[in-house]
Amino acid sequence: MYRYDDFDAEFVRARVADLREQVERRIDGSLTEDEFKPLRLMNGLYLQLHAYMLRVAIPYGTLNSRQMRQLAMIAERWDKGYGHFTTRQNIQFNWPKLKDVPDILDALADVEMHAIQTSGNCIRNVTADHFAGAAADEIEDPRPTAELLRQWSTDHPEFQFLPRKFKIAITGSPNDRAVTKAHDIGLRMVRNDAGEPGYEVIVGGGLGRTPMIGKTVRDFVPKADLLPYLEAILRVYNLAGRRDNKYKARIKILVHETGTEEIKALIEAAFAEQKALFQAPPQALVDRIEAAFAPPDFDNTQSLVFDRAQADDPVFRSFVETNVSEHRNPAYGIVSVSLKPVGGTPGDASAEQMRVLADIAERYGHDELRVSHEQNIILPHVRKADIPAVHAELNKAGLATANIGLLSDIIACPGMDYCALATARSIPVAQEIATHFDALKLERDIGPLKIKISGCINACGHHHVGHIGILGLDKAGVENYQITLGGDGTETATIGERTGPGFAAEDLIPAIEAIIDTYLDLRHTGEETFLDAYRRLGAQPFKDAIYDHRRDSARAV
Amino acid sequence: MGRQKHPQIVTANDLFEGDVIYLTGEGGWTRLHGDAAVAHDSDEAQRLLAVAQAQPDKIVGAYLADAAIDADGRPQPVHFREAFRTRGPSNYFHGKQAEV
Repeated sequence: MYRYDDFDAEFVRARVADLREQVERRIDGSLTEDEFKPLRLMNGLYLQLHAYMLRVAIPYGTLNSRQMRQLAMIAERWDKGYGHFTTRQNIQFNWPKLKDVPDILDALADVEMHAIQTSGNCIRNVTADHFAGAAADEIEDPRPTAELLRQWSTDHPEFQFLPRKFKIAITGSPNDRAVTKAHDIGLRMVRNDAGEPGYEVIVGGGLGRTPMIGKTVRDFVPKADLLPYLEAILRVYNLAGRRDNKYKARIKILVHETGTEEIKALIEAAFAEQKALFQAPPQALVDRIEAAFAPPDFDNTQSLVFDRAQADDPVFRSFVETNVSEHRNPAYGIVSVSLKPVGGTPGDASAEQMRVLADIAERYGHDELRVSHEQNIILPHVRKADIPAVHAELNKAGLATANIGLLSDIIACPGMDYCALATARSIPVAQEIATHFDALKLERDIGPLKIKISGCINACGHHHVGHIGILGLDKAGVENYQITLGGDGTETATIGERTGPGFAAEDLIPAIEAIIDTYLDLRHTGEETFLDAYRRLGAQPFKDAIYDHRRDSARAV
Repeated sequence: MGRQKHPQIVTANDLFEGDVIYLTGEGGWTRLHGDAAVAHDSDEAQRLLAVAQAQPDKIVGAYLADAAIDADGRPQPVHFREAFRTRGPSNYFHGKQAEV
């Protein structure tokens, strides 16, 4: 794992010292809120519905046990004993007090963490495949590139005041678990004809009020050219991106309005200039970063423990089916720990659970943890022989929910339970869906299904790329929920289609049930997934089911 | 005297704690919606808002919110967002519902 050098450490400490002084000046009245707000936001401090909220960056979603324990300590000492893991692979604390925030940031700096680049019109915290460095399908670990991007983008003088925020996602695998096509820039590692790894560069994807699938602007950029190539993209955006209208300021609008071919030409022209001027990072730095992400020393000792446990214990077998993924080393597995217990808040972990996860990672997981954009925690390197013990430990802490990729593994933004921007609640919808279908015991039969819920048009809950997406709106003073179907956040990315008019909260669960029933009735075999069935059948049978149902039971809004 | 559809109250967040507060008739602040000062016309509403905005060293983001007067003569929230702000999140027993 990457360790801060002296520069990183001093930079983060200096930023905490700045904020400490700024908080003092706000409290003594020297700074107005208008002056203070951009300063606190540069350090991840938001003011939400009921309290301040501190968004802490977890670069490319990677944590070690020491960092996770510190997050637990912060949750207990300065918050209400829990944290919320987000779709940006970050953690949010929902209840900090203004005067405590500099101390919290110092505690984060103690473990090489910060809250920089979690707000504002800068290059935000880079997100990555949560299986990076472990996945069986991976070409190479993309995190050395992600770390290089972090160092390059932090305080980059040219890119501090972009037209709007800018999000980069990266994956080293052909199976896209990082939603690269719905980011301002998506980077997918590919090999060229000579077999060398480089990146396919996708630009102009995004969700929010104008969802767009990104366009490939280069099929292959060699690793050595990646930074100047990204600088070229950002320069084009910085100069040509719209600043007249906040809602049209993201690069996706520029790409859409300019056209892919024209944007490509602009980027290539800027790249030709930039490549000549670009000073490559020193090789020693690149080597240091590469070394920091070297695979752990795997223990290849053969053991039958894993197979025996599966044969003997149906609960464990069921856990393995959903929560254990194939590792690049056949003696290992990737364990996904669900933060979606039935009826719980998606993405929340208590301080005690964080400590359990840290202990397990330290004892069984080469000290590595990941946060997934699906709001779960990943133990990327667990020896298969240790997975039964890990399962038992997780179970004791209420962390053994075997639902990864299934109906109740729901993404939900904080919604109007916390967020000042929300137009409706998300969390109770997720809780109700999970609880309702748990009672029906249909989840395993339904199979892979991604439900994603956002509490406003900004789409933090990724509803556009949910197989079933739910968007909460305020319709004349009542919470109302629109449904989209057929969305997909993977390498076959698709924006879901709206079914039609929205549903009042009490009509939403019956509508979701009608959609699921339609799928179960019409699927070809038990093997055809919801998404495949939707692609074959189109929206109509689902629309018929939900709106017919609603005619029976309620009035359309 | 301007007409308005609903009576209004002034609400904001406390600068230090970040929690939801309401302007009282004395120009101070309360955690209880029912103790907020009520404006029955737009002139009074603007006057209350000005009283709030003159306290930037205590509060953040003051605004007017619609209220309905209950049987005890106290203001109650009209919009669901304001109702949630009187209680706290619905997924945990946290915030005002647990503390006030």
